[in-house]
This record gives sequence, structure tokens and C-alpha cells, in this order.
Amino acid sequence: MIKFSKQQLKIPKMMRPVYMVTGGQSKFDRAMPDKRTEELCIDAFTMAAGLLNMSPAELKSYVHTAYYGHFADHFGDQLLGEAVIHDRLGLDPLGNIGVKTGGATGGSTVWEAVKAVASGYSDCSLAMGWERMDEVPTDEGNFLIAAAADKDWESPLGHIYTGYYAVMAQRYWQIFGKAEDSFRETLAEISVKHHGYARMNPFAHSPKKITVDDVLKSPVVAHPLRALDCCLMSVGAACAIICDEKTAIELTKNSANKPVRIWVGAGSHTLRPADRRDMDIPLLPNETADQYKDLGKRFPGGDRYPGFTGFLAARMAVWYGYRMTGVNDPSEDLDLLELHDAFTISDVQTYEDIGVRPYGEGRDYVESGDCYHTNPKTGKPGKLPSNLSGGLIGCMHAVGATGIMQIFEVATHIWNRWGEIHGDEKRWKDFGRKKPADWTDLQVKGAKRGMAISHAGVGSHVTATILMDPDHLLKEDA
Amino acid sequence: MSMFGQVYVKDNKYKLKGDFHHLTPNIPIRNADEGWKLMGVTNPRDMTYIHSYGGEAPFFEALGEGKLLATRCDNPDCEFKGTIYEPFRIHCADCLGKNTIIDITELAKTTSKVHTFMVCERAGAFNILDKPVKFINIEFEGIATILMSYLSVGDPEIGMKVLPIFRTKNPTCTILDLSWVPDGTKKEELPEGFTF
Repeated sequence: MIKFSKQQLKIPKMMRPVYMVTGGQSKFDRAMPDKRTEELCIDAFTMAAGLLNMSPAELKSYVHTAYYGHFADHFGDQLLGEAVIHDRLGLDPLGNIGVKTGGATGGSTVWEAVKAVASGYSDCSLAMGWERMDEVPTDEGNFLIAAAADKDWESPLGHIYTGYYAVMAQRYWQIFGKAEDSFRETLAEISVKHHGYARMNPFAHSPKKITVDDVLKSPVVAHPLRALDCCLMSVGAACAIICDEKTAIELTKNSANKPVRIWVGAGSHTLRPADRRDMDIPLLPNETADQYKDLGKRFPGGDRYPGFTGFLAARMAVWYGYRMTGVNDPSEDLDLLELHDAFTISDVQTYEDIGVRPYGEGRDYVESGDCYHTNPKTGKPGKLPSNLSGGLIGCMHAVGATGIMQIFEVATHIWNRWGEIHGDEKRWKDFGRKKPADWTDLQVKGAKRGMAISHAGVGSHVTATILMDPDHLLKEDA
Repeated sequence: MSMFGQVYVKDNKYKLKGDFHHLTPNIPIRNADEGWKLMGVTNPRDMTYIHSYGGEAPFFEALGEGKLLATRCDNPDCEFKGTIYEPFRIHCADCLGKNTIIDITELAKTTSKVHTFMVCERAGAFNILDKPVKFINIEFEGIATILMSYLSVGDPEIGMKVLPIFRTKNPTCTILDLSWVPDGTKKEELPEGFTF
């Protein structure tokens, strides 16, 4: 049983407002034999400067501290990779630190940069993340990723992380999906959506025009998960520049980027799902204890929380994040999401953890069409579009960069620059990619608030990064 | 002649014998599309790690003896005294006191059920289990946690009663020495080296 003390449930408070002013990313791909990691990081930083109409040298002159997200030293066979990148970015002798929280590394890196600015230590911090997962063959890559499970108790069981998600998928499908084929099809629809949105994203590693049937016929990796249910293994880098108000105004004076307010909530849970003890559901502002009283009756076997079907870390990240920012109901208060769709099943689990739907009813977020840019059922804008970047399934999972890519993607909508950045003919050409004839601008019209979820392991660390147009805050003292 | 790296402990120090790594040359990576120009180099690694089980060593030793050990918090000052952990936790998650090691072999033989499962068609490098691997997560009566392991006979289902089996012949001293079979499985159906 986990019981929280009053101190543990303190609502995090930042000492001053914090802003994200720009960001950037490299091309994402399965392998990049023609580029070293530092070239990818410089690509991302140069793009961030470009969005401010500044040179990289000008932007560098504002940076006071640097936070570097890199998940796996063993993939790159390079300890202190942070020092290499910091050096190649020419940021010595500024203080810098490496951040590692598995799949949540990108979100955690931004969390650290935000705290540095919030505390007054720095007025401008760089959050930069990268990964290169092309330095070993895929089966060895799976082995290295599985090393993020408990090496004595879990990893030897197949050395494949998909398996650890598949047991969750099986339990969720049978309890909350009532073992229906229609639930399996809903999972497949998520993959179709994310590969489809990736087609509009020149940075994306896996754009595909596919059908539900294609997903259901793709090779089984770990039943019930198939190849097209799974995230990518990518190479790439992404960055964000985090500032106080004065610096944010100065940095954006010649740019279409409006500084956006940024907050990060963070949660955790046991590395091994095996260790997750039964507990009461921590409630979000839009939930009541009564609504879950009969959960086990409605979904027999579904009364064990979080069991193998919920992510307590995600729940706690938004538990803090929503209270910091005044979010009451994410579907009403936010305009878009970027979720950590490591697998189609974890996407659905997360809808419930973050309160987009109550526990047990996550599938409705997809089936209602609310998660789309344009609801396929009504032809109208989706109520709360998610993963318009293509997510981890369609865009990329270059682990240390992933959470930063998601945050950057949300910001591009609030800056109202999604179409300009993703539709740029030159960018498609520079990346050696063909812009599709049916390219569509996925800008969420009038987007003022959004959230990105960055998630590690089988839910060991999660961050919830909330971005808002400063003229559309939900809480005066946020 | 090379031999696998071997280690034993004497006077609380590791004593090493044999080869812990093997030399393999770097090989250039060249671009077939551009006149075989140099792109990079392979960096071969073949290493043996030396890993301590620390306070979990009794658990792994016991598997080869046909016993399943767990731990229990017996700290009278702990709010959650009496909580039993499998996986075995050396210290209580709540009070951080040292847990008591208990034998739950009989409890496992009578109350183990499949909580969830999956059938894994692919595996990562260095996997030594037969494919498809059948992961099962096992719930026990009176135990706070749910153990991950694998099924060696038959096909898993949620709620299925299962029995532990142990690699008592040539144990590997890893978690793979513990496996499970459906209730009712006969002795002669067990995989080579395993016993009830």
C-alpha cells in the first residue's frame, strides 16, 4: 500500500514564471551513418536559433546552464556523452549536467532546466536530448533496452521490453476491453493515426499510409502486440530554450515565437510492475471517489489499482501538474496533447491516468474521434487532438530527445507555426524526403494550452509538461 | 587455450581466473554508394561482468534446491508489518527495516494463479529461452506483489492455476531456474533438469 504524507502532496511551486521561447530538432531516422551525434545536436540548436531569427552564436550568449538528456550510454559506447556534446556546442565553461530517466529522459531534462530558471539560478537554460540507437543491430538494441528492466528478475525473460508491455496489454484487453476484437481494432487505429500524421511531418522516421487491417496483420512481436503497435528505435536530437520573463521578451523580440509559460509535474513508480501494491486511486480535479466504487463490478478484475493496467507515475505527474496550473478537466482546458505512445496499449492506459477519460473508458477517446486533428466521425476539429507529430510510433523514439520533441511540437501549435515549420519545402528537401501531395496543415487552430507526457520503463518515471499562452492562463498565481 | 572467465570470493575479495574479454579487430564501415569511402568503424566488445546478488543471493541459491523464498516485514513499528514480498525485497519498502526470509514453496504450490500473460514471438540478443517465450505474472494468496516468470508447459490463461518447478539439475543460479506449469502437469512432462 502506498500512503502519501501531507508533505509529499505539496503542490509544487516555482519561485517565478518560466517560459519556453524556442526549440529545434534534427531529422529523425532509424540510422544516420552520415552524421555524428554532435552534428544532430547542432542541427537542433541551429534550428532553435533560426526560429528566433538569431544566429546560433547569439543564442548561445544567453545560455547560462545546460541540461542534457541521454538515455543509454551503452548504446553509444560513450560515457560522459554530455561532456562531448557540451564541448562541441562550444558552451564550455558553463555548468552542465546529464539527466537519465529512461524513456522519460527528455521530459526530465526539461524539468531540470525549468527548475533552474524557476529558482533564479539561471535566466536562460538549454535542455538538449539525443539518442543514437543505430550503433548496434536491432536484436542487440532490444537487449540493451531490456537492461532497463530489473536485470536479475525480468531482463533474462526474453530480453525484450515489448513483452513487459504485452502482459499489460493482455490484462487491459481482457478486463477493460472485455476481450473484444473491437478493442484490438481500436489499438490498431492508434497506429494508423500516428503513422498517418507522421506523413505530414518532415522530421518523422516512419510515415505510413496504412489501415487497421495492416496493423492487425503485421508480425506478432509479443501477443497481443504486433510490430505496428510498437514505437520506433530512432536516431536524432531535440532541444528547448527555457527562460525567465525578461530574457524571454528579449529573445523573442524579432521572432514570431511568443514566449509560452511552462510547468512540469513529475511522478514515479516501481521499476518492476511485479512490486506494485494495491492502493486507492489518487483523484484528479475532475474525478470523485464515488465514480470508481463499482469499477470492479463494471469490469470484473479491474478493481486492483494500479495493477497492470494503470500507470501511477503518470497519474501523479498530472496530479501535481494540474494543481500547479489550474487544469480542472484536460479535455476542456487543454487544446492538444503529445502522449508517450511507446505501444498502442500504453497510449490508451495514459488517457485514463491523465484524466482524459475515467479509468476503464480510455478507448472512447479514440472511438469518439476526440483524439484526431479532424474528427473522422463529424468532420469537425477533434476535441483534444493527440500526437499530431506522429508520436513515438510514427515520428520517432530517439529516447533522450523524445520528450523534448513532444514539448517542442506542442509549442509550435501555441506559436501558431506548425504549418510553417512542417510544411517548409526546403526542410523536406534537405532531409531527402518527399512532401506528400496530400500534405495537410495539422495546426490546431487557436491552440493556447497543451501538454506533453514523457514516460519511462513500464511507468517508472513520468513527467507532465504543461505549456500555456501567457495571456490564457487558468490560474493567476500559477 | 582460452577458458571462460570464472570468479570466486575469498576474504571478501573477487578472485578471477580465465579470460574475461576477447580481442576482435575493428573493421572499417564503407559506403557502397560513394566509392567505398570511409563512414565509420566497428567496435567489437565481448566482456564478462562480475555481478553480486548481495542480499538476494539466498533466493537464487534456493531455486536450485527446489524452494521458493520470499521476504516479510516483521518490524513491529512498521505500519505495514506482515507485508510479504515476492519478488523478494531485502528491505521493507515502507520502513526500510531488514525483512525476514520465508519459504513460500507450499503456498505457491496451492495458491498460484496467472494474473496476466503474453506470448513472445521475438526476443532480444542473448535470450536463451525457447521461443515463443510465455511470460506469466503470478499472484499468490496473502502476498502483496505479483511475480513475473515463464510457463514451460501448455498455454497460459488469466486465472489459470499454476505450479512452480525448479531447475534442480545443473542450476544456472538465475531467475530462469524458476518456471511454472499448469496444475495437473505430470512429472514426465517437465522440461529437462526441472523438478516440482
